[in-house]
Order: sequence, then structure tokens, then C-alpha cells
Amino acid sequence: MPDTRLVVSSSPHIRAEEDTHSIMLDVCIALAFPLVIAVYFFGLRALTVTAVSVAACVFFEWAYRKLLKKPSSVRDLSAVVTGLLLSFNLPVSVPYWLPVVGAFVAVVVVKQLYGGIGKIFLNPALAARVFLFSFPVWMTSFPKPQPGQWNALPLWGAVDAVSAATPLSFLKHGALPADTYNLQDLVLGQIPGSLGEVSALMLLLGGVYLVVRRVITPRIPVAYLGTVAALTFLFPKGNVALDWMLYEVLSGGLVLGAVFMATDYATSPVTKRGQWIFGVGCGLLTVFIRYFGAYPEGVSYAILVMNACVWLIDKISLPRRFGIPRLARFIRKGGGKA
Amino acid sequence: MTFPFQGGVHPEGHKDATQQKPIELLPPPAQVVLPVSMHIGAPCEPLVKVGQHVLLGEKIAMSASPVSAPIHASVSGTVAAVEPRPHPNGGRVPAIVLENDGADTPHPDIRPFGSAEALTAEDLIAVIREAGLVGLGGAAFPTHTKIASGLGKIDTLIVNGAECEPYITSDHRVMLETPEEILGGLRALMKIYGLESAVIAVETNKPDAVETLRRTLPKRGGGVRVAPLATRYPQGAEKQLIRAVTGREVPPGALPAAVGAAVFNVDTVASIHRAVTAGTPLLRRVVTVSGSAVSNPKNLSVRLGTPLRAVFEATGGFREQPFKIIMGGPMMGVAQHNLDAPVIKGTNALLAFSREEGKPEKEPVCIRCGRCVSACPMRLLPVYLYHYEQKNMLAECERMRISDCIECGSCAYICPGRLHLVHSFRTAKQKLREAQKRGGN
Ligand code: SF4
Ligand code: SF4
Repeated sequence: MPDTRLVVSSSPHIRAEEDTHSIMLDVCIALAFPLVIAVYFFGLRALTVTAVSVAACVFFEWAYRKLLKKPSSVRDLSAVVTGLLLSFNLPVSVPYWLPVVGAFVAVVVVKQLYGGIGKIFLNPALAARVFLFSFPVWMTSFPKPQPGQWNALPLWGAVDAVSAATPLSFLKHGALPADTYNLQDLVLGQIPGSLGEVSALMLLLGGVYLVVRRVITPRIPVAYLGTVAALTFLFPKGNVALDWMLYEVLSGGLVLGAVFMATDYATSPVTKRGQWIFGVGCGLLTVFIRYFGAYPEGVSYAILVMNACVWLIDKISLPRRFGIPRLARFIRKGGGKA
Repeated sequence: MTFPFQGGVHPEGHKDATQQKPIELLPPPAQVVLPVSMHIGAPCEPLVKVGQHVLLGEKIAMSASPVSAPIHASVSGTVAAVEPRPHPNGGRVPAIVLENDGADTPHPDIRPFGSAEALTAEDLIAVIREAGLVGLGGAAFPTHTKIASGLGKIDTLIVNGAECEPYITSDHRVMLETPEEILGGLRALMKIYGLESAVIAVETNKPDAVETLRRTLPKRGGGVRVAPLATRYPQGAEKQLIRAVTGREVPPGALPAAVGAAVFNVDTVASIHRAVTAGTPLLRRVVTVSGSAVSNPKNLSVRLGTPLRAVFEATGGFREQPFKIIMGGPMMGVAQHNLDAPVIKGTNALLAFSREEGKPEKEPVCIRCGRCVSACPMRLLPVYLYHYEQKNMLAECERMRISDCIECGSCAYICPGRLHLVHSFRTAKQKLREAQKRGGN
């Protein structure tokens, strides 16, 4: 007699421990490194801006799926990650409604309208950031870091748009900002910039955590940073090549972009070779925009352009088919005698 | 020197429950059910009628097709019925039901053929065919057919003792308990192929088996070597094993003979030895009974045709109501819903789980993490195959080489979005086959 209590389903009958929730949790943990230093340099407002951004992303994720009567996807934590990344791309002095608008664009327009996690083809946080540039007053004024001053910026009310020149704006004019910011400042993050992009050290630590936890492979960050390093070293704008290269790599949103944005699953290739191509492409475009574009920063646009090519890159970088030698002359390598 | 295959996964082994337990003989049941199809290839035609008395080891069904294996009475007794019965691979299949007389009176044909040395290659192949031998690793491909397809083309003979599926320890126990039978069968195969050397491949999670086999080898080795391979699923899959041992990759759609290799499961090889030296056809096999719902996990030597229910009873029954029962390993095995189905030639394990292993997901969603791509031992892009299958874009599936998929389950195992990838690929392949049939007519 068939036993109806027995479940009949397709193999495999076991699954790895890791699921979407645990992976996204790891990303959140990695993002905590740069968040901590942001609070140290910019005060508690870094935390509140981030909290608003995360809360708004989670709310829109929940509300959209609720309205459309789809199963809730809040548990997978991907909205939290989007919220964190969004706030990391904003100056700490933005008014609180700005991340809310950004969250709407990121979660509803870019993510859910395209079918949710995995189906998007643009990085939601980056797309939202580019959209928010329609509010340039807020998006391009960066307060100076004030280490250890918890209330460096008022928690409530408007923030005077105290705009300090970022290292990148020096570079745009072909000058090293060495007198204003030394390399150590750049590594630690004691520079004006978006909330989560300033500390190369903390971002790289977060990246190492992701690699160790096998959330990402180093391929894309290495290809991306390596390409930018090589190009800027070969074509320094009339400065000592090594200094120029280091400033280029450590300034702006490059490390944040290379470690956390370009490695976003849904918007990066899945093949090994594709990931190298993608990273190199991001690097080429970034340097190109920085050198010849109208804006000082090119990371967001570079990644968004490459995002749009992901399926194409995957298709042209299929792995070698099992049983088909790379080149005919390598047939029977491994020493068959017949 | 090994040539590791790419991809693969590391599921928890769970072999501790049974790997130290010697194989126990399960007494034959009162009734055995022998389906006419226990192998890949043409089903057999029954040679017996209801009411007829048969002896232990008597041939009771066969087929004239070259891709088939005869079936023998696994007990002595009376033919109670020839009718469709539940089959572990699903549905009902004609089966010969034998009422056991409890005497185990052997058929006079069961007598030693002598030693492998004394027989010619043709004789040996005939013995193997008549013994009804099939691949005992689970695939159940007729052994004599496999041998015939590779004659004259093989330079590397591999014995598969990888046993990479979690929970299963039947091959492990065979290697520990009857290594001389494995070597005996191996010598017969070497003689058939005219080879001086052979490789026994074992995963490194079975150091005692490696040790035992090496000790059993003659002092000068006799051309046979034991190759320890990394513990990684699916190390025991034919194409991956050949690649690991020889560095050669079997081309798409080709047989292992295309790269000069032949692979036989350890228990199959031991059975060849028994068929040659004792004349014993395939009557029983070793089955690992394990899983969280089993009271007393064991390795059992079971007569073919024993109902699954009887096997589970022999291990003390279930400690709680099982949630899922699997014939074979958890990665590639077939879920069962009827315990009246019998143990067949390919049954290397019976697992009963009391709950879902691993966190299930209500709504599986792909996050494009790429883990399935890194895990696929055939270097496919499961994420795209799935996408195209869901959209019913079968031509794209074909272009993305879905026919190369060996359904090993590595991709679905690792998938954090909990997609039913293998199921999707089976559906796509099925649809493609149907389309091809229509096109062919
Ligand atoms: S492992 Fe699963 S979630 Fe990840 S890309 Fe493959 S199918 Fe998608
Ligand atoms: S089941 Fe198929 S697609 Fe999935 S890992 Fe195995 S061979 Fe690759």
C-alpha cells in the first residue's frame, strides 16, 4: 500500500546549510566595518541616516509585496543590504527624506518592478544614487570628518551644507591633494566623502570577511582595483606615478564599488571568466570617466554600464565544455596510448 | 598523480552510523518480488509459470536483447504470481513473485567454473552475462554489455570504490570484508581486456579501505594500484572518476571507452569473482540502511526481491514516522512511497529521514549567486538552464548543453535560493526527448 505520509520529491534530498538569509546576513556583517568608522568620523548622524535608509528599504519591500499579495521577502535581508549600500553612497549631511526617496527608487522601481531579487539588472543602490543626483545641492556637499565627535552634525533639523573638497576633486584637476590629505588619511577614511566610502581599510576588511566566508570570490574586486591601479600608474597626470595611482585607487567610491557594488550577485556575471571581464570593464570605464568625463567620479556609472552587459558577458564566457579539448592538439593530454 | 575534476560539493558524510558495522545477513523473506526490469535496457521475459517450483539461482527471466541482464530466483520455492507490482523507480512493473519454501535448495547449475586463469575471455564474458551482473553502484547497467562495448579500446581499468554519496557504506564494507574477491574479479576483468594494470579508486575518507586493499595486493602489486582520491561529491560519477584518475574527459554523448577507460563498481567486481569461482549468479546485494528515522542503522546483505518493509523491520523499524524514504543516496536517490516495492539490483542504500534535511524555502528564488556554476562538475551554468526551462526556451537549454547534465544534484544542493534545479533539468530533457521523437517521425 502506498504510504501517503511519505513525501516524494525530486533529488537531491539534502541541501547545504547556507541560504539566502545567511548570505545576506554575512553581507550585513561585512558592511558593519565601514559603518563603524563612519560613525567615528561623522558622528551619530551617520547611524541615523543609515537607519532611515534601511528602514525605508525594508518598508517598501514589505509594502510592495503586501500590496501585490506576493509572499513576503523581508526575511531574506536583501532589502537591509540595499538600505545599507544606499546610505553608504550618500553624504552624511543629507536630509532624512533623501534616503527615503532613494529607497523607493531602489526597492520599488529598480528591484520589485523587475521581479525582485535576482531578476534586477541594475544595482538598486547605485541606480538610486544616480537618480538622487537630481538633488545636487545635497548630493555633492560633503562635511569634513571630525573624529570622535558624536554630535559633529546635528541629529535633527537641517545641516548647513558645509562642503569640503574631496580628494577626488583635486585629482580631477590633475593635482595630488597631498597637502590637505595624506595617504594615511585616505586609508583610514579621514576625508570628506559619502558616508560609507571613505575608509579603504574598513572596506577591504569587510571584503576579506566576505571572501573568507565565501560569500564572494576576490575575482571582481581584484580585476577592478587592479585595472584602475595599472591604468593610473601607466598614465599619471603629470605626477609621480606611484603616488598618483595610490590616490586614484583610494579616493572616491572605488573601493566601496569594487568590493560591495560590483560584486552584487544579481548584477554581475556568474562565470569565472565573465567575472574577470566584468571587473576589468568596470576599471576601464571608471578611469575613462574620471579622466575624460564631466564628473569627478565614475564608479557608479561604470558599474551600471557593466551591469547592463552581464548576460552578454556570461554568454560569451561559457566555460570549456566537458570533454572538448581547448585546442585540438591537446587531445588525449594526460597520456592515453590507444 | 590525480587530475581533480572541477566543481563538486562537500555534503556532510553521515557515514559514521554504519561504516564500522560488519555486513549482516538478512534471512530471506517469506516472499520475494522480482521485477522483470532491474537494470538499464530491455526488460526480461519471464521463463516460469505460476505454480512452477524453482530452485535457488535458477534463471527465471531473460531477454534476447544485448542490453539486458537475466534474473535468477533469489530463494527456492513456488511461483506465486507473475503480475505488475510496485517498482522502486515508480509505477507498477511486471514481476515474478516467489513463495519461499525456506529450503534454499540450490540449482544444479550453480557450480564453480574454475579460476579466471583457466577460462578464455569469451567464456568469462559469458559467465558474467549468465550471472545477471549489472553495475551495483546504483546505475545497474548490464556488466557484460559494458565490457563488450569497450573490448579492444581500453587501456585504463578503474574499480570505483569512491562511494561519494553521503550515508552509504555498502561498498566501504565490501572493500573491508572481501578485498580478495575484489582482486579476484579484477584479475578476471584484466584478463578479458588483456591488461597488465588496473586502478582501484577510493575516497580518502576511507583510509582503512585503502589500507586493507593495499595489504591484500600481492607483494609485487601485480599491476594493480590503489588511488586515494579527494573526498568530494560526485567523485564516484563515471566521467569525474575517469578524469580524476587519467586526466581524460569523456566527450559529450560518448562512452568511457572513447577515452580508453572502463569503470566498474567494487561490489560488481567482487560479484564477478563469485560468479566465476562459485558459479553464483546475482542473488543478493549489500544495502546500507540508515537515516535519522532508522532505529538501528546497518549494512545488510539482502536477497533481491525482499520488500523494503522487511529490510526496515530488520533494523528495528522506525524510531519515528519517516518523512521521506529514499532508495540510493540523498543526492541522487529516488524517493519511495510504497514499502511493498522490492530491493533490486541497483539498491545500494535505503534511507529514512524523520524530517526535511536542511532548511526548506517556501518560495524558491534565484539570487544569481553563481554557486551552482562553481559546483557543477560538468561546467554547466545551472542558473541559466533553469531560467530557460522556466520560460520553456528549450532551444536555449540545448545550446547551453543541458544534455551534458549528469543530474548529480550538486547545483541544487548548494543553491541558497533552494531552487528545484535538477527537477527542472529533468523536465527540460524529457520535453526535448519528446520533441525529438515527434521530429523523428
Ligand atoms: S545557486 Fe541557486 S540562487 Fe545561486 S545562481 Fe544558482 S540557481 Fe541562482
Ligand atoms: S545536476 Fe546537472 S547542472 Fe546540476 S551540478 Fe550536476 S551536472 Fe551540473
